[in-house]
Amino acid sequence: MSQKPETATETAPSGGLSRRQLFGAGAAGIAVAAAAGAGGYAIADTGDSGKSALDEPVKFWAEDNDGHQAGIVTPAQDQLHFVSFDVITKDKNALIGMLKQWTSAAAQMAQGREVGNVATKDSSLAIPPQDTGEALDLPPSQLTITIGFGPSLFDDRFGLSDKRPEALADLPHFSADSLEPEISGGDICVQACAHDPQVAVHAIRNLTRLGMGIVQVRYSQLGFGRTSSTTRAQPTARNLMGFKDGTNNLKAEDKELVRDHVWVSEGPQWMHGGSYMVTRRIRMFIELWDSTNMQEQQDIFARFKHSGAPLTTGSDDPKKEFDTLEFHAKGEGGNPIITADSHVRLAHPDHNNGARLLRRGYNFVDGSDGLGTLDAGLFFIAYQRDPRKQFVPVQTSLAKSDVLNEYIKHVGSGLWACPPGARQNEYWGQALFS
Amino acid sequence: MSTIRHKLLAVSAATVSIVGLAACSESKDAAGAIAVTATDSKCDVATKEAKAGNVTFEVTNEGKKVTEFYVYADGDRIMGEVENIGAGLNRKLIVKLPAGEYETACKPGMKGDGIRGKFTVTGEAKDVDDPDLKAAAEDYEQYVKGQTAELTTKTQEFVDAVKAGKIDEAKALFPVARSYWERIEPVAEIFGDLDPAIDGREVDLAEGDEFTGFHRIEKALWVENDTSQMGPVADQLMADIQEIVKRIDETDLNALQLANGATALLDEIAAPDGKISGEEDIFSGTDLWDLAANLEGSKAAIESLRPVLQKRNPTLLSEIDERFVTAEATIAKHKVGDGYKFYKELTDEDKKDIVTAVNALKEKTSLAAGELDK
Ligand code: HEM
Repeated sequence: MSQKPETATETAPSGGLSRRQLFGAGAAGIAVAAAAGAGGYAIADTGDSGKSALDEPVKFWAEDNDGHQAGIVTPAQDQLHFVSFDVITKDKNALIGMLKQWTSAAAQMAQGREVGNVATKDSSLAIPPQDTGEALDLPPSQLTITIGFGPSLFDDRFGLSDKRPEALADLPHFSADSLEPEISGGDICVQACAHDPQVAVHAIRNLTRLGMGIVQVRYSQLGFGRTSSTTRAQPTARNLMGFKDGTNNLKAEDKELVRDHVWVSEGPQWMHGGSYMVTRRIRMFIELWDSTNMQEQQDIFARFKHSGAPLTTGSDDPKKEFDTLEFHAKGEGGNPIITADSHVRLAHPDHNNGARLLRRGYNFVDGSDGLGTLDAGLFFIAYQRDPRKQFVPVQTSLAKSDVLNEYIKHVGSGLWACPPGARQNEYWGQALFS
Repeated sequence: MSTIRHKLLAVSAATVSIVGLAACSESKDAAGAIAVTATDSKCDVATKEAKAGNVTFEVTNEGKKVTEFYVYADGDRIMGEVENIGAGLNRKLIVKLPAGEYETACKPGMKGDGIRGKFTVTGEAKDVDDPDLKAAAEDYEQYVKGQTAELTTKTQEFVDAVKAGKIDEAKALFPVARSYWERIEPVAEIFGDLDPAIDGREVDLAEGDEFTGFHRIEKALWVENDTSQMGPVADQLMADIQEIVKRIDETDLNALQLANGATALLDEIAAPDGKISGEEDIFSGTDLWDLAANLEGSKAAIESLRPVLQKRNPTLLSEIDERFVTAEATIAKHKVGDGYKFYKELTDEDKKDIVTAVNALKEKTSLAAGELDK
């Protein structure tokens, strides 16, 4: 491809009009209300200025994120649009050119700007607009855009096979996996999270457009309703089984745990400061779950449905949500209250050599299937330092014994190396490609 | 014929929504916009005259019914249109008009001939001044003439075979005759009244419409396996083709239409209701012939623009060239002898490859029009 690659620095600082400058402040209040209503993540309006957290962009560049990409320890936003791409060009420079454009565009969109001056220099009435426009007059909405590289990118097409980290070892087949190839894998993924679905969709759509001819969408997934909190300030949201999800998640405040369990500092240099992401599209058998008695529902998660408090606390009290799960506690008949095959026992660090995950998943409903049952579930996302020591052992034991398996089916899977954040004069994955 | 709103006509309906984005480059047009006030019974055009070149109409619907605004040249040739202007809304139409006599029309309720008015354009359009653009347009007109000549010949052969009940021969001629049509489809679609009669799909008919043209005969050949009733339909098809060819050959095209036509032809392939859906030749399964012809036609338009693009944006041109190579390869894979596989033999993966390559190409061809105004 003969296109002269534009560097990120050429375009990023100046490019892109602010979407809202054009329209004044009016829309902010509405958007805040919408976001608070949808996800229960109330974002306080800070009074007279009319400014709110939705107006305050999440910083994009590595300099502002301790060298990491945004969208990992960032407080989980309410909405997701995730996409997996196959690279269709054979030309490494074309791929690099696209990553440069993407980096610039992502920085602009995170700021709440239009995509401008990325692919073409000028705008004219005779050609399509550079930005697709559906996010005009919407605030930044805490948009984060996070990139990951899949194992298949490290084949011989781009001479990257030497750079494949050992930690990016293909996931094994887990018992009862029913993975569909067309919604699994991929060379590159992008996770866009925001409080407004339209802002997340706009981000993926514009990156897809910039990538035409270079990448092809393999699959994409919309998610609504975060199923994890990644900070203590956030209330715990619920998954579609109706349970609070994310209570015992790794939280941004646990700085040392995050350092030890999320960020990479071994293996190839280009991944230092990055993190490995595992994505699983997990279908829930909603109708089956809904006719399951409360006792079984609660036993699976060893928590009260309403409060999220461990069953071992003995009382359905929201104040006890974060109390410790007492795995040794015995109930009537001397049986453990938290059963041997309960999800939380099997997933807990104590039973997995101390392994922890930063879960960042989303609920999804993709309409219903031909039988009239909801095509719904959890789009599971987890970040970690080494999947071989974290996701793989945890999922191995879950797949083997978790009672939850009667109600779910893993149908899609992805494994991604998310590089460290890009510095202002760099593009995503620069250290990998140079 | 698909239901895609093609870009050749309506250069600029899309610009309505990007006023903010393109504000700087647009101001010169906006300043000179001609106000059109449409009501349910009136169509007030602020001035009845304009200089040749891009003419901008700003249509405000003060009526209660949804309306449309058209600019027609002689013989009701559509020069530009904006559809679906709801009550209280304001839409812009930008059309390139050479000197001549035109008619404007508002269509409250989006029906009928509309409320007409005369409109006169004087002076020379930029195309005419710009020898490069003029040469491109003339070159393409030659190409179009070549296609229309073959279209006439092959349709005649097809019609003869149909009337003679030679079903196999007619089946073989069907995709061949159509390919000449498909290469210049956006030009043919300028003549909005004849296009549906020639190329309308059965699914697109409204209650009470008559099913005519290529696809009616296609159904007789492949489904009914009997052409005995097709005589009048075949004769009408031939007459319609002769009429449209006459009108096409008399039409002066401009470079902007070429650039937009190149992309419009690609839309004909890749849009969800385009050829890729397999709905065009639903009875015969010969969609790949059409699809390949759309691609060839698009390439021909770019060929005519090549000298201009080479001069003004060689990078864009080489990107377009490369993407044509990729797109052509995804279709060439399915060649069998002189023709193509039947559409049902394609896998979903094959279709995805075609859509991906054509969409990538379209992203670039859509930028070509931006080079013509410089
Ligand atoms: C549809 C599938 C799933 C559902 C509905 C689900 C639901 C839950 C719920 C309700 C909790 C308790 C609240 C909390 O501490 O967050 C939980 C905990 C947890 N889950 Fe899942 N989960 C699913 C799949 C997975 C998968 C695939 C993994 C990893 C392989 C996983 C790992 C964990 C971990 C590590 C915990 C925390 C356990 C602890 O330390 O207390 N979950 N899950």
